[in-house]
Parts: sequence; structure tokens; C-alpha cells
Amino acid sequence: MATRDGIERATKAEVQAALTGKRRRVGETVFTLVLLATLIIALAVLVALLLDVARSAVPVLRTRGGEIFRNGYSALPEGAGIKQGIIGSLYLMAFVLVLAIPLGIGAAIYMEEYARDTRLTRFINTNIRNLAGVPAIVYGILGLAVFVELLKSVTGPGSVQGKSLLAGGFTIALMVLPIVIITTQEALRAVPNSIREGGFGVGATRWEVIRSHVLPNAAPGILTGSVLSMARALGETAPLIMVGAVTGFLATSGGFLAALRQRFTALPTLVFAYVKKPQQDYQDLAAAAILVLIVLIFAVNLTAILLRNRYERRW
Amino acid sequence: MAQAVIEGSVTLDALRGDVRRLRRERVMRGLFFATAALSVGITLAIILSLAGGAADFLSKVQLSTLWSEGWFPRRNLFDIKTIVAGTIIVATIAMFVAAPLGLGAAMYLSEYAKPRARRFLKPVLETLASVPSVVLGFFALRIISPDIVQKLFGSSVPIFNLMSAGLAVGLLVTPLVASVAEDSMHAVPAVLREASYGLGARRRATSVHVVAPAAVSGITAALLLGISRAIGETMIVAIAAGGTGGSLFNLNPLKGGQTMTAAITSLATGSDQVRSAGPAYPSLFFVGLLLFVFTLGLNLISERFVRRVRKRF
Repeated sequence: MATRDGIERATKAEVQAALTGKRRRVGETVFTLVLLATLIIALAVLVALLLDVARSAVPVLRTRGGEIFRNGYSALPEGAGIKQGIIGSLYLMAFVLVLAIPLGIGAAIYMEEYARDTRLTRFINTNIRNLAGVPAIVYGILGLAVFVELLKSVTGPGSVQGKSLLAGGFTIALMVLPIVIITTQEALRAVPNSIREGGFGVGATRWEVIRSHVLPNAAPGILTGSVLSMARALGETAPLIMVGAVTGFLATSGGFLAALRQRFTALPTLVFAYVKKPQQDYQDLAAAAILVLIVLIFAVNLTAILLRNRYERRW
Repeated sequence: MAQAVIEGSVTLDALRGDVRRLRRERVMRGLFFATAALSVGITLAIILSLAGGAADFLSKVQLSTLWSEGWFPRRNLFDIKTIVAGTIIVATIAMFVAAPLGLGAAMYLSEYAKPRARRFLKPVLETLASVPSVVLGFFALRIISPDIVQKLFGSSVPIFNLMSAGLAVGLLVTPLVASVAEDSMHAVPAVLREASYGLGARRRATSVHVVAPAAVSGITAALLLGISRAIGETMIVAIAAGGTGGSLFNLNPLKGGQTMTAAITSLATGSDQVRSAGPAYPSLFFVGLLLFVFTLGLNLISERFVRRVRKRF
């Protein structure tokens, strides 16, 4: 600062420097770097962990090859595999596909297209949102109380004690139902009203408008939500453990219908079982199973993201 | 049927339309309503099954054992403060990880990242949010506990401890917190930022003093959702926290402990599986009810915060 007449004035150079902003602001730079660091840590730690899994998994996959996909659970780590886990998880996906997705889409259509803004509607909406926040294990307890104990004679009589694929599938379907409803509601809400009015204008009933105008336009969003709910169902373990998913018990011979009332297992349950064993061979096998599980889940997620990017439309 | 002729050939029947179409309309509406009502049915079923089991438990248990030295269902000791303390410790450690990482990442993505980087990084973050919790349990046991916790705090720390479980839960919750917080910061209208720049504020001042306060409801909701998820997280704790078989009351995060969720799983499975006339088995419903009430409270509060964002912009 140059002082003249006792008053502090900025020199020309100082004014210019301030105006062009060439000076590096230390505080700004540090803050930016800190934020960037948090993002990098958040992403990198998870990526590093996944790479570590791959490092233990690849040797197992290389030496044992396709064998682990053909073998089931075994007391000997050298012979153990993940076949039943994969099939069990696919069976559970079928429940999500057949139960959760149609029911969820139906509920979302009612909430968005039919329901008027009444107290009951708002109550159902809040209820759906809360169901989405209920911990997975609580759904497991629900499954245990209802499908395993109450409906034992239907889901799995005799030595199965109700802890059947049917019980597991219903539990998982109930767990992802709120996710399907909420994502479908968002997709329906994104369809502008002018499209509906076009349908009503030519005399269509509400269901006709929904079927011919609303659903086709909301389909990509609904599909994305449905796919995401399948990914969620693939990775969930806790509720399955509650309804008695047991390592190595899955009737793979008779196909889906024969397996319904038998005991069941799933890929994440198998991972849990192998992780808990102390032997190094089991730990490596767990890593291989995790790699398969993660590849499956990421593939499903990627499909959802690609679908969203491909069909994303702004009105 | 009214046959009143209005004008020429237009009858009320004609105006009423095709009976079959109208019947189909009613049927579809009924079906959709039934599916929506099912969600209320599920909530009722959850509450009834939890409350039924919990009542059964309370009728069988000696009330003095609810406040004893530890959680050992097989020895009929059901100390609630043990599992609540374990849960709170794990959730607190998790939020010490997830809050700074999640909010920092959210602010970077929303305020600093170029639109192209954001379009790429947001899906990556969402994909990482789908890593199953068993997998993070595996990390907690195999990497976080031996390579981080035992190196930092000495090898006297047991391999199964609350700290490792908490850190892993934090990593699990971080993408969720980041994603929800980013949504709310991104929803802050550009006008507010431009006004701030116009006054001469730089990016940091704008982010911290304009965007963050405007998005505070969403940020709070993100944190509350994170806490609720951390409390309900099961597999990581079941694998890494060391509560199998029960645990003494313990406030030290560097020791093993029992959380509500891990207590439930070990009651239903494995070595602790108990199915007798005693109070041990129904105690899992009681703990479930406790967990349900905790998370429901958090979710209701965060729902209120989210709604506040929607109202404002």
C-alpha cells in the first residue's frame, strides 16, 4: 500500500493484480484439494479393496478353473464350489421378477395415476417410504414369523421346517418391493400431463390412457428401477440367513418347481459361510465367490445405468 | 335404465359408454388399489410379527436379566444396554468415516467437478453403493482389522473388534450419504450461486456459505439416512465385530462387542441357534422391534427434512 496524504491507497499494480485474479489463493486451492481428496478416498478405498479380492480370487479361478462353478458346498476346501449358490441366487431373482416387479409397478400406478391427494394416499406414501428404510434383517424376521413359522405347512412341511426356497423368495420379494414402487413412481411422475390429456381428449378411459400413453413413456425408467431392485436382491444376505438359507442344501436335480419347498442357499450366503471358516483355502474360495458375486451385481447395475442413459428423456 | 331422450338420438346410455370398457376400468382400478394396499399390509405384518414375538419374550424373561452384565441368550442374560451400546459405537465410528468423506465428495461433485466428470463419477459412486455388505465384512476381517486397526492400535487388539466393523460400515454408507447430499446440493438453484459470485465471493465461500446452507435439509437427511443404514447393517457386524456367542457390556471400540443386528442373526443361526421353550428364541423378535423403532424414528425425521427441500425450490 502506498501512503499519500496519510490515506492508504492501492497502487495500480495491486488493483490490476486483484482484477485479473492472477494471484493464487492458498485457501481456495487447499479447500479444493481437500474436497477432491475426500472423493478420491471414498472411491479409491472401495476400488482398492475390490482389487485385493481379485488378487486372491484370480489364482483360485486359474488353478481350479470352471470346477468351482460345477462343484457344490463341501467340507473339503479343495473340492468346494459355488454351484448351488449361483443357482439359488437365480431362483431368488425369479421371485423378484414374478412377484416384486409386477406388484410394485401396480402399486406405483395406483399411487400416481388413480389416487387423489387424500389423507389415506399420503399415509400409504409415507408408509412405502418407511418400508424402503426398514433394515433388511427386519424383513428377515418378518419372513421367519410368517413364511417359516405361520405358513410352515405350505412353504415346507416335514424336515424342511418351513425354511424353503419359497420362504426365501417371498422374503426377498417383499424386501425389494418398496424400491420397485418408489422408482416406478418417479418414472411415472416424469411423464408430463399433456401426454395423458392427449389420451383423455380422444375419449380414452384412465386404464386405456395408462396402457397406451403413460406406460410406454415411463417404461425405460420403470425398467431401470426393476433392474436395480434385482441387483439389490442379489447382494442381500441377512434376511436369507433369518429364513434359514443353509450352505450346500439346494435340490438342483428337479429344477425350479421341485426346489420350491426344499431348503435353499444363495451366493452371498455361501460367501458368508466360507468367510467364517478359518482355513486359508476357504478364504481364497470366498474371494473367488465374492468376485463372481460382484461381477454379477455390477453387470446388472451397469445395465440399469446404460438403460437410463440410453433412454433418458427431458420433456 | 333411463331411456330419456335428450337431443335426437343421443341417449344417456350412449353417453354412459361401453359397459365392458367401464367394467374393465373398475377391475383395473381395484387391482392397482389392492397392490398399493399390500404395502400397508406388509407394515402391519412386520409390526404384528415383531410385537407378537416381543410380547412372548417379555412374558418368559425375568425382567432383572434385561439389565445385567452382558448379552448371553444361552445363559438367560439379556442385557439391553450391551447391544444398544455396541450398535451406537459401530454407528458412531461409521459416521466419523461417512460424514466427512460423503459430504466432501458430494460438495466436490456438485460444486467443483466439470459436468462431464460428474456424469461419469456419479454412476461410479452409485455402483459402489451396491457392493454387498458381506463383501465389506470380508474386507473388515481380512484387511481393515489386521492391516489398519492392529497396526494403528497395537497387536493386542483382538482381530474381531467393533472398530474394524465400524470402519467397514462407514465405507459402506459413504456412497449413500454422498449420493443423497449431492442430489440436494445439485438442486440448489444456480441463481443463488450467481448472486454470490456477483458479490465477489469465490467458489469456497459460495459452496460453504451459500450452497451448503441452502441444501441443509438434504444434507441432514443424508446423514440421518446414513445413521439409520449403519444401525441396521447386519452382515459386517456379524462377520467382524466378534459378538458370536454373546458379549459382556463393553464400551471399548477396540474390543469385540455385540450389536442388535448381530444378536438377531446369531440367535437365528449357527452356534447360538436356540429353539426351546425359554426366552432366548423370542428375544430376537424383541431386539428386532427395538431396531425397527430406532430406524423408523430416524427415517421419519429424515423424510421430514427431505420434504422441506422439495417445498422450498
